[in-house]
Amino acid sequence: MTGLLDTLLAGLALGAVYALVALGFVIIFKASHVMNFAHGSLLLLGGYLTAVLHDDLGFAGALAVGVLATAALAGVIDRVLLQRLPQDPKAAHVATIVTIGIDILLVTDLARRIGGDLLSLGDPWGDEVRTLGPVTVADSRLAAIAVSALVIGVVFALFRYSRWGLSLRCAAEDTEAAALQGIRLGRTRMLAWCLAGALAALAAVFLAAFPATGLERTTGQIALKAFPAAILGGLASPVGALAGSLVIGLTEAFVITYQSDLHVLGDGLSDVAPYVVMVLVLLVRPNGLFGAKGAARV
Amino acid sequence: MSDAAKPLLRPAAVLVPLLVLCALPLYLESYWLRIGLFSMAAAIGAVGLTLLSGTAGQLSMGHSFFLAVGAYGYVYFSGDPGPGLPPVIAMVLAVLLAGAAGGVFSPVAGRVKGMYLGIATLALVFIGHHLMLTMDGVTGGFNGRSVPPMEIGGLVLDAGQDDLTVLGVPFGAEERLWYFGLALLAFTWFTARGLLRGRPGRALVALRDSETAASVMGVPVARYRSSAFVVSSMYAGLAGVLLALSFRRVVPDYFGLVLSIDYLAMIVIGGLGSVAGAVAGAFFVTALPLVMAKYADQLPLVAAPGSPDGSLGPTEASRYLYGAAIVVILLWAPDGLSGLARRLRPRSRPQPSAPPPDTGLAEPVSTSAVPVATVKEHTP
Repeated sequence: MTGLLDTLLAGLALGAVYALVALGFVIIFKASHVMNFAHGSLLLLGGYLTAVLHDDLGFAGALAVGVLATAALAGVIDRVLLQRLPQDPKAAHVATIVTIGIDILLVTDLARRIGGDLLSLGDPWGDEVRTLGPVTVADSRLAAIAVSALVIGVVFALFRYSRWGLSLRCAAEDTEAAALQGIRLGRTRMLAWCLAGALAALAAVFLAAFPATGLERTTGQIALKAFPAAILGGLASPVGALAGSLVIGLTEAFVITYQSDLHVLGDGLSDVAPYVVMVLVLLVRPNGLFGAKGAARV
Repeated sequence: MSDAAKPLLRPAAVLVPLLVLCALPLYLESYWLRIGLFSMAAAIGAVGLTLLSGTAGQLSMGHSFFLAVGAYGYVYFSGDPGPGLPPVIAMVLAVLLAGAAGGVFSPVAGRVKGMYLGIATLALVFIGHHLMLTMDGVTGGFNGRSVPPMEIGGLVLDAGQDDLTVLGVPFGAEERLWYFGLALLAFTWFTARGLLRGRPGRALVALRDSETAASVMGVPVARYRSSAFVVSSMYAGLAGVLLALSFRRVVPDYFGLVLSIDYLAMIVIGGLGSVAGAVAGAFFVTALPLVMAKYADQLPLVAAPGSPDGSLGPTEASRYLYGAAIVVILLWAPDGLSGLARRLRPRSRPQPSAPPPDTGLAEPVSTSAVPVATVKEHTP
């Protein structure tokens, strides 16, 4: 029973971090129809800046710089590079491949700087563990759940109540009509990218915190697991991203816990399980759990 | 160009490059031939992917999985442990196996579209990698397996005991495989273009441009989507066989996500939906890092391998160049190299026959009317 609760909490914490990344994917996809493959490297950049600066600025200062710089870079990538491309949604794959190119550039550079090191981010949680009733849980995991819940709440409020959120939803619904209403598509899109970049940088902190040992050159690859999370829920649905992330996080945590019982299927099953779940869901609902059916008008 | 000169130029445009390609092994060192072989294998795989992504409009990130199925299929069928069949039969079986793997995935491939399929196929890469490590009876596990050489009509395509010399040039493994690779590439080139220009190609283009319109006109949407996926994975399987033969050893780690992304980059750099573009993109993406590594010591700013930390090694330099090339080419020419070639061509000839023969259906994604007209032009 304790094992079950422990696993549940671990899965929740994992899902909360995936949610930060997956929400970024969804925001970007909604705003620009682009699947951002550079997300992992943006995450790595945020983590790297926090790691390098935390001696001088303290953790909070370094994190703020990391988040802002990553957001700025994401915005610049969109405004300066991607918005130059043809804006036809059918040509979005070109922009998607451009993000792959950007990812290669960023990852190569950051990996060269990080080398084989494990960078500490100087986060305040350390390896503290606390006991809540029957379960023992790491502070960093509680922080991940709390901070993610807070930040995601703010993002949803932005969607719902801010002018930018309204513009974004309008533009996603009908780009042309939105432009005719005077919505500045370019700026709306860029802000969406900035927000997604900020979320990725924030996620980096929790990915490098205990029980992980620190930021490595491969930390960015975690973004790959947020792909199934985003798809599972429906690429254009923020709520879906949240649900998908929890499903993926819990799946992974449970497979890790019960790995020994599943030994027949081979080692390292926890890396594969999220993808298997994704394929199964897509078989039943090709547009994801919360994806629109998409009626065609002729 | 006058109309009278045209019928003569057409065959010349095919024959001259072919002759040059056939003569290359007589002059080049085996290092360059190996680069060429890898590029040919990549080109075959890229053509398969461009059929799927460029024509059917389906994004696939799982291409390296099908390459792996082809490569391991060949090794298993022709080797020991395995039935130890003759290599040519093993190759055919490996291609069919890759097609079957695509068929198994077709319930997903037929229903899921666009970006969704892209991410769904990501699953194949991870599941495939897991299987390669787990089924070590067949795949040799982490260390992989060595590849039995190809054998055609008694001629072993390997540096064997028989000293084959052609025009005074000793023919080793690379030289012999070169012609085999060329033949496979030619086969791929012509079958793929035949497919694109025939009925299936038109159906797929219609499907890509408007699913609704296509299904109203009687194109069975799900069936065409999944068969495009199966055909594309068969080409990938063939590419996998050639890759295995050129590497002489297959290991699971090679067939990862990076490889899939490389293939995606190839077809987009080349220009989606264009067979010639896919081949060009494949050569660019495959050869660039290898050539960079070869000339690392002569390039400015690049340090030789094994230099102290912090300096820019050839691998990293080629990664930078690769990433930058993707960004720059696509910003400059969103329709890739084939689109660029089309625009750079002199505009002297009459407009109705403007699209050159080597691009066939390679129109950019936006219009549907133009490619159909193009097909009519070139269909006898």
